[in-house]
Amino acid sequence: MSILVYAEHDNTELKADTLKTVTAALKIGSDVHLLVAGANCQSVVEQAAKVTGVTKVLVADNAAYEHQLAENVSALVLELAADYDTIMATALTTGKNFVPRVAALLDVAQISDIIDVESADTFVRPIYAGNAIATVKSLDVKKVLTVRATAFDAADTDGSAEVVTLSNVTDAGISSHVKDELTVSARPDLGAASIVISGGRGMQNGENFKLLDGIADKLGAAIGASRAAVDAGFVPNDMQVGQTGKIVAPDLYIAVGISGAIQHLAGMKDSKVIVAINKDPEAPIFQVADYGLEADLFDALPELEAKL
Amino acid sequence: MKVLVPIKRVIDYNVKVRVKADNSDVDLTNTKMAINPFCEIAVEEAVRLKEAGTVTEIIVVSVGDKTCQEQLRTALALGADRAIQIETDESLDALNIAKLLQKVVEEEQPQLVILGKQSIDSDNNQTGQMLAALTGMSQGTFASEVVVDGDKVNVTREVDGGLQTLALTLPAVVTTDLRLNEPRYASLPNIMKAKRKPLDVKPAADFGINLTARTSLLKVTPPAERQAGIMVGSIDELIEKLKTEAKVIS
Repeated sequence: MSILVYAEHDNTELKADTLKTVTAALKIGSDVHLLVAGANCQSVVEQAAKVTGVTKVLVADNAAYEHQLAENVSALVLELAADYDTIMATALTTGKNFVPRVAALLDVAQISDIIDVESADTFVRPIYAGNAIATVKSLDVKKVLTVRATAFDAADTDGSAEVVTLSNVTDAGISSHVKDELTVSARPDLGAASIVISGGRGMQNGENFKLLDGIADKLGAAIGASRAAVDAGFVPNDMQVGQTGKIVAPDLYIAVGISGAIQHLAGMKDSKVIVAINKDPEAPIFQVADYGLEADLFDALPELEAKL
Repeated sequence: MKVLVPIKRVIDYNVKVRVKADNSDVDLTNTKMAINPFCEIAVEEAVRLKEAGTVTEIIVVSVGDKTCQEQLRTALALGADRAIQIETDESLDALNIAKLLQKVVEEEQPQLVILGKQSIDSDNNQTGQMLAALTGMSQGTFASEVVVDGDKVNVTREVDGGLQTLALTLPAVVTTDLRLNEPRYASLPNIMKAKRKPLDVKPAADFGINLTARTSLLKVTPPAERQAGIMVGSIDELIEKLKTEAKVIS
């Protein structure tokens, strides 16, 4: 039984989350192939071939796949689908974008954001913003899945898979890339960081988010935000942690000036240790925090930075 | 041009769900229901396009039992022109919903279909993409800006590293992210007017689609409860605990 895993990358680097999706794939079956679709993505191919447990890396290197447009990538995956029982991708924006398209073209259901594999056709996934956990059995012949990376450990990278170059190119021609406006940051990627410090509405403005910088630097942490902070324009939306933003599960999550709405908790409550700093002792965040500190963040943050 | 906006009735986003004692599903009896927040944003975007003169007619559609008429009326009060209810008592998989919507697209021939990026109950994030696939349309998911430009639509998408702008050939499917707009409130006169707007009820069975379930929900359980934590008195104590007790920093 072969499994096709879509490799998440930016044409230069294989995303660490793909290693976690490979682990999920290996819980389903043993013959795992990685598909690298992109343009000038040779370095990604080299990294993909080293992922332990991957037997084959399929490479579609063409300008049509440079921005991994859903219309083109889904057509590519569809061509390959006949050889696979299971097709899966990481539940990041690229995977969420094209995988349902693949499922519909194959006329099968998709199971989104799985957090566990019970068997080759039965999967566990959160619903209602993580307030309920559903066990779902796929009744289709082919399984099409997206995987919540934070729920699986990363596969090792001491393998040596066979590399196969694909020649067929599909350009649907109904969409084109105009531009990217990416947030530049020297800090670790929010989804992969082992420590995350997040600010909420309590930060009051974007300028005050600088109070988190020094702490993040000392801890090697990524900086996140609640929806309130994003909506208020304090920080860009790709920093949002929650049901509709990023799902994180770091070793340590520090929530500063965040009340702890259901939608925010959905994105971080699987963190190993949660710290809450809030001046409102009634804030719901304290109900999930391992360590709570009732304090004004404008006093607490400089002190924390100084003492780390 | 014509816009189709599929919407969904879901549990109100502020309500904490309860899992049924027999673990068959969540308990929705006597729960406050509302229009899915992302769908509300989709309706608002369609209304704004109409106000800007780009759009001539807005059709809202929902798949569900009679109760979803309430949400269709809400959408009409917000500015949609007419509504279609595809009536079924079943809870359908996203693919079957997309197939029903495909038929509506074939009949109505909208240039633009705007959906929410996900419903806050099933959290699937699939229907828009599936509908785009079935109708052969281009797709602009997780949109934070939509600009119609002749026979194309420029969609700025919220992607992992920031923003990405795509140019899509119409007809296209767009799914909304939260930052696309701030939905308006329906005024009382508009709520009254909405009662007279047309709402067609079409039984799902009449669409000639095999709606057999593709997935089976085996069980639903509450998530693991987190152990209650402790309150610390000072930053010093906090750092000490993190170093020696939790061992997450060194």
